[in-house]
Amino acid sequence: MPEAKYLLVGSSHAALEALRAIRLVDPDGSMAMLTRDERLPYSPTILPYVVSGRSGSDQVLLRDPAFFTANNCTYVPNAQAVSLDPKAKAVTLASGEVWRYQSLLIASGAAPAIPPVKGLDGVKYHVLRTLADAEGLRAAMGSAKSAVVLGAGLVGLHAAENLAEAGLKVSVVEMQDHVLPGYFDAKASTRIEDAFIKHGVDLKLKRKVVEVSGPAIRVTLDDGGVIEADLLLVATGVRPVTDWLAGSGIAVDKGVVVDEVMRTNVDGVWAAGDVAQATDFASGKPALIGIIPTAVEQGKIAGQGMAGDSYRKDYAGGLPVNTYRFFGRVALSIGRAAATDGVEAVETESGAYRRLVLEGDRLVGYASVDEPFDVGIMGELIRRRVDLSECKDAFLARPVETGRRLMSEQWR
Amino acid sequence: MGAAFDSISFKASLCDGCGDCMTACSEVKQGASRISIVPGAKAGSFETAICRQCGDPKCVQVCPSGALDKDGGNGVIGWDASKCVDCLLCTAGCSYGGIAVDPKVARVAKCDQCDGDPACVKVCPTGALEFRKAGSIFNEYGAKEDLFVPGLSGCQGCNSELIMRHAMRKIGRNSVLATPPGCIPGMGSVGYNGKTGTKVPVFHPLLTNTASMLSGIRRYYDRIGRKDIVVMALAGDGGTSDCGFHAVSGAAERGEKVLYVCVDNEGYMNTGMQRSGTTPYGSWTSTTPVGEHMKGKTQDAKNLPLIMTAHKCRYVATASTGYMEDLYEKLDRAIEASFEGFSYLHIYSPCPTGWRIPSSKVIEACRMSVDSNFNPLWEYTNRSGLRFTHSPDNAYPITEYVKMIGKYRHLSPDQLAHIQAKVDEQVALLKLMAAESPPPQAAHRAPAGSSTPAGAELTQPARREIARN
Ligand SMILES: Cc1cc2nc3c(=O)[nH]c(=O)nc-3n(C[C@H](O)[C@H](O)[C@H](O)COP(=O)(O)OP(=O)(O)OC[C@H]3O[C@@H](n4cnc5c(N)ncnc54)[C@H](O)[C@@H]3O)c2cc1C
Ligand code: SF4
Repeated sequence: MPEAKYLLVGSSHAALEALRAIRLVDPDGSMAMLTRDERLPYSPTILPYVVSGRSGSDQVLLRDPAFFTANNCTYVPNAQAVSLDPKAKAVTLASGEVWRYQSLLIASGAAPAIPPVKGLDGVKYHVLRTLADAEGLRAAMGSAKSAVVLGAGLVGLHAAENLAEAGLKVSVVEMQDHVLPGYFDAKASTRIEDAFIKHGVDLKLKRKVVEVSGPAIRVTLDDGGVIEADLLLVATGVRPVTDWLAGSGIAVDKGVVVDEVMRTNVDGVWAAGDVAQATDFASGKPALIGIIPTAVEQGKIAGQGMAGDSYRKDYAGGLPVNTYRFFGRVALSIGRAAATDGVEAVETESGAYRRLVLEGDRLVGYASVDEPFDVGIMGELIRRRVDLSECKDAFLARPVETGRRLMSEQWR
Repeated sequence: MGAAFDSISFKASLCDGCGDCMTACSEVKQGASRISIVPGAKAGSFETAICRQCGDPKCVQVCPSGALDKDGGNGVIGWDASKCVDCLLCTAGCSYGGIAVDPKVARVAKCDQCDGDPACVKVCPTGALEFRKAGSIFNEYGAKEDLFVPGLSGCQGCNSELIMRHAMRKIGRNSVLATPPGCIPGMGSVGYNGKTGTKVPVFHPLLTNTASMLSGIRRYYDRIGRKDIVVMALAGDGGTSDCGFHAVSGAAERGEKVLYVCVDNEGYMNTGMQRSGTTPYGSWTSTTPVGEHMKGKTQDAKNLPLIMTAHKCRYVATASTGYMEDLYEKLDRAIEASFEGFSYLHIYSPCPTGWRIPSSKVIEACRMSVDSNFNPLWEYTNRSGLRFTHSPDNAYPITEYVKMIGKYRHLSPDQLAHIQAKVDEQVALLKLMAAESPPPQAAHRAPAGSSTPAGAELTQPARREIARN
């Protein structure tokens, strides 16, 4: 029976960071990384660029076999975990193989959430989460003339852009009244929407899909409208991959419940990344914030805990971050960039769009369109709750310059 | 040995905001500058945003394309334009604005240290930007044999031990070492239980005759044709500035080809922290106590390295472990000069025990002693005169230094003012000397019939070889 001191389930950002954190303090302890994917690690975030053809599938791999050899870690592809027995400290794979562990990291990430739409399970549709998905979409895109995308979140918009740029006639259906809800306020979203409209994408906002039929895709909307297309992409959000934990006793709410150091309720089991339900920085409440920066941070903390690194710090809570490129333009947001209640929002609309959100003398959110800023610096100002009273005017007038100054003063 | 890296450092107190660094960077990189200088909090002050080539780089960790990677050889975080998909996630990873969007091309750009020769540093007129190479020293010398045994019994955090080990690694095995009474032999370098603690020939002269004995040894080696040996002392400030001074002065005056390293911890520390001639004014020592009447030493320290310049030594320099690259460069020059004449290197060595500094703060104290001009760094040769190797301008007030050190804890405002005045006076004098450099050509040549022992000349490359061995 294969065995590892450190068993990592998942091969993406969270698991890779855990690996690194473990190896910083324990270079020798046996380690294995299991993944249901057939490839070496890659990031789901890269997939739109695989769809567009900008990056080849073999170019986007984040680690090579030599890395795993050098880090004394057994990399096991095609290894889908199907159950966990924490008493026996064992993970069973779809192949029937059983892996024993001393410490386990659950980093199985998220998978597309498929909405309960009538007829959807009877038609062929695409999702975008794995390289295989991206390759499938790219192939299908070649022969299709039109596409319909369900959902105007990050994944939906990226794919819609890919499809539109490939010459397809694209419709996007979104329940909310603007695109990328949560990350951007309506004014910022409008600029993004205008770009899509200009590129011929038909945005159907505030619309629900009531029925889908096939084989030629026909999408019926709640207003009675019908969209016909050669290709259907479902991008209505993601859901943590926790099915394999059923019956294990691991507490799962929306995601795997973790404490401030990424421990689950079961001894010897940690969770990190999109699969984990940690806290939100702003509210301190449990939240799913499925982005790379939180996956990386959580993976590191989990790895430190697994290896007993005394330098471990508590998770400070996730901060939503979005660096979004559309048709060559830039939209950025961090923190409560779309908040309106109980905050002061300072907006600049001539030319580029900028929205600074403050609570008293503290920055809590920042968004911009067509005007890059140092997202990481603003993140630090938010996380450290830096008091801006001394320099508020300067900050509001010249946020980038003042932010750089503040961080330079913090660390020489 | 793990790898340590060179880095661009920014000293805000020296930056005048001229922006030359940004211009140079944009020109070299043909795009937006990768260093940005921004106005500071106070009018006329400036701050910077530049990649710090972090050891634990968040930009690399969040990049979904594998376009960013820290180079294990030089520590630079490299960016692969062909892999990058322009997602800008890295800009969310960096807390310093070190990787940012170049608006013209809408792609990220970051500092790559210009292959080890940063354009920004070269043009910085004030010295605010420096390319610190202490990392290369670690890489180059870290793996070399330590010429002292492990387990010397110096105090925890002893800076003198650090100096000894660094100096001998640099100087190498081809040397004969004198360690007169003081902490250096006291901690075991000269031997215990019938064994020596040093892996080169070492001897223990009297406090009074170190330089004389070295003169004899050098002359003997010259006579038997061994021109390749560094004949040297690692001596304390007491043995150099007080009881051994006549011998040092005599050997320097005669131009003996000796490398004399004075490790100055400002007192007789191993015998119980008595004052010496280099103990600064106001210092507490066991013989200059602090009580109702006495408030530490009542006389100013003598400036021994400055006195040595009046001997027309081949080389005189001050150094500090707070500035390792400078120390190593000076060791190089001092070794070379010791084949031509008297070579004197004065290394300041804060003493955690005798000065009452936490051992973890010793290097910080070294740095601040230099940055406050308490111990200015300079070098002097009888050919090119005096040159600062660390700018004395925009120094911190002396209070920033003395507040780190327990032996000054009692100082009154009057005493502090006295110390500041003394420091200013010394720096003013050094500046005058630096302004006078280089001295006129005529002074370079020794008059015919000079009595300095001749010995065949060694070629420059041969000497370098020795210095490196
Ligand atoms: C198209 C797209 C665009 C995105 N854009 C951005 C963006 O711009 N910025 C951003 O921050 N984030 C973005 N994200 C989200 C980001 O990719 C995720 O937050 C991140 O990948 C989470 O990493 P993770 O390690 O938690 O999990 P995942 O990346 O989801 O990886 C999960 C891993 O677990 C493995 N696995 C799953 N189940 C099992 C099982 N049962 N057994 C074994 N292995 C299993 C998978 O094979 C995979 O290796 C995007 C995502 C997508 C899909
Ligand atoms: S912009 Fe390029 S380098 Fe930066 S995170 Fe994205 S892919 Fe990596």
